[in-house]
Amino acid sequence: MLKHEAQAPPAPAARPANRRQISDRTLSQLFIWPTLILLIIINIFPLFYSLFLSFTNYSAIANRPPEWIGFTNFDRLLNSSDIWGYFSLTGRYALISVGLQTVIGFGLALLLRKKFRGSGIVTTLILIPMMLSPVVVGLFWKLMFNPAYGIFNYLVGFTNPVTAPDWLASPSLALWAIIIVDVWMWSPFVMLLCLSGLSAIPDYLYEAAAIDRASAWFQFRRITLPQVAPLLLIAVLFRTIEAFKAFDLVMGLTGGGPGNATQMISVEIYSQAFLGQFRTGRASALAYIVLVIIIAVSNVYIRTLNKVREG
Amino acid sequence: MSKQSRWFAALMIFALLALVSINVAVAQDGITQLTILWAEWDPANYLQQIGNEYEAETGIKVNVIQEPWGSFYDRMAVEWAAQGDAYDMVVGDSQWIGQGVEQGHYVDLTDFLVSEGIAETVTPATLQYYAEYPTGSGRYYAYPTEGDAVGWAYRKDLFEDPQNMADFEAKYGRPLQPPETWAELRDIAEFFTRPDEGLYGVGVYTQIDYDGMIMGFQNAFFSWGADWKNENNEVMGVVNSPEAVEALEFYKDLYQFAPPGTGNAFFAEMNDVFISGQAAMIMNYFAFFPALINPGVNPYAETTGFFPGPKGPNGDQYVSLGGQGLSILSYISPERQEASKAFIKWFAQEEVQARWAAVGGYTCNINVLESEEFLSNTPYNPAFADSMTFVKDFWNIPQFGELLEPAQRYLHAYVVGGEGTAQEALDKIVEAHQEILEDAGILGG
Repeated sequence: MLKHEAQAPPAPAARPANRRQISDRTLSQLFIWPTLILLIIINIFPLFYSLFLSFTNYSAIANRPPEWIGFTNFDRLLNSSDIWGYFSLTGRYALISVGLQTVIGFGLALLLRKKFRGSGIVTTLILIPMMLSPVVVGLFWKLMFNPAYGIFNYLVGFTNPVTAPDWLASPSLALWAIIIVDVWMWSPFVMLLCLSGLSAIPDYLYEAAAIDRASAWFQFRRITLPQVAPLLLIAVLFRTIEAFKAFDLVMGLTGGGPGNATQMISVEIYSQAFLGQFRTGRASALAYIVLVIIIAVSNVYIRTLNKVREG
Repeated sequence: MSKQSRWFAALMIFALLALVSINVAVAQDGITQLTILWAEWDPANYLQQIGNEYEAETGIKVNVIQEPWGSFYDRMAVEWAAQGDAYDMVVGDSQWIGQGVEQGHYVDLTDFLVSEGIAETVTPATLQYYAEYPTGSGRYYAYPTEGDAVGWAYRKDLFEDPQNMADFEAKYGRPLQPPETWAELRDIAEFFTRPDEGLYGVGVYTQIDYDGMIMGFQNAFFSWGADWKNENNEVMGVVNSPEAVEALEFYKDLYQFAPPGTGNAFFAEMNDVFISGQAAMIMNYFAFFPALINPGVNPYAETTGFFPGPKGPNGDQYVSLGGQGLSILSYISPERQEASKAFIKWFAQEEVQARWAAVGGYTCNINVLESEEFLSNTPYNPAFADSMTFVKDFWNIPQFGELLEPAQRYLHAYVVGGEGTAQEALDKIVEAHQEILEDAGILGG
């Protein structure tokens, strides 16, 4: 009997009084504030501090406080033909790379849309490249591009190492080499988003179209594409932002060379901020210019996305 | 509280105070450990071995912290900026010394090195490049620790092959032997470039990061009589002089005999192409040659020979300086600074330097360098001892990193990318250098 009493649940009145005093509002703030404080320390503060630094000649290693120089950094950067060259190169890279990823990713999604025996395995295998570290990918593709013993030239038909192109040392091919690797790595990401979009299209739309004897092209143009477009645009948006920030793959493959041939804007920021130079102020200014451009491009995408959704 | 208890409490407090004071005394005077930062490579392991000997003799532990080369400068720079005392000493690159001195990171060792007679024990070139700042001032901030320079390795089996010897002599009218001039080196590189056999004449530095390309090109650049500056620190007309243009054209010409895929190559890639049998000759820092005489690593170890950098068209002979000096960081306590000086004094002794050389370190000690024991220790030591008498370096002022970047970029674009002409590449470099030096107040605007 005693044992039975000991196991009985305590009455509500026995709960500690202070627990009942925590209101929902207090509880929510207890959850929110640690996150907010963390965000302010590691995100908001560096954001504003780097904005301040962009107006100074600060060098992280110079052992002297930042000195205000107004818009000098922005003036120098925006009047430098080299910097505009790097922007143009990055834009070209983003356009070609994301374009190819969209086409290939969407194509793969269409191929894998219908389930077949082993489709799960095939999908998983295709997704592997995007799960790898870009630095590792860069390093092993560097070996594959080697004209003496790399497999890439052999696969594309250059079987004689003497006449095979040196992809990473040629100014006209180096950018394409990076694009090939980026497309190989990230097309699966576009495919994944497209697959989720395709699987959400109701079958009755196609059934109705088939009853109306709509051609396959008509079905693709009027049903598939509009239904997948919102997710496809999100994939394109993510990939464009990432392409503008291309860094690790470039460093792993070419280091920005030969010469300036693959000097993307992120590589230039790194080069200004570190690599013996440590021009922290100027690098911060360049990072802000890139930020403004990415926000502008993203806005265009988001407006288009909204139009697609509304339409 | 009873009287007995009060006495007991007083005794306990006294004992506690005595313990605390003893601990403080140990922390202030009894330095038990010295920490040295260096790059992650074999010589740092050798220094740890020597440090272990120091611990056995004095009881002071020497801890050599190794940082990968790619982030070595960044790690030190961040520590400098924070004025941190995590390290007592650093074996810093020769190019850092200007920054280390002007920004107050390095302790002035002039009186110590001179009064202890240490300055006289090392070769003048190493004292100048690793320790002195500004050049010619007679102020020293480091003990020359790891001497290094760019040297050459070659395949003796190829050079001594009777067929190769006969063919070479028939084609070039002179015997096939290690080159003494750059022109001879080019001919040999051309001779051994046989893509059908997977063999190429020469491996040269081309890396675009940091200072790889410059450290390779400089060997020709200086030997052609060119320089990065004149005695007034002027660069216009110096960096882009006709001799410099000729040297750059030569270096690009030489690159055509390099194994494919070496368009972004530095010391690791040089050893790789040699070990894999792709190159008949390679340039590399002497510090990376131990791998080439190790049969477990290099299948051609038994037949690998070494020679110093060749002469230019007018007989000038210079090689790029590598290596580092040991500096004491100014942010540590005076006690730790004294303990660091005691270590340097011990390390600089001739018998310790002889052991340093024996374990694989590249001593800068004159007597050890000239000793028969050192010269016969490895097949590359004679070439090293020779090279250390004609080394030359890039700028070592605090702006050296800024000066490196455009030089690396434009040299790489011309040599590897084939963009423009040598004159255009050097004109672009000199314009960038002029602007950086004007901004720094070294040149008038």
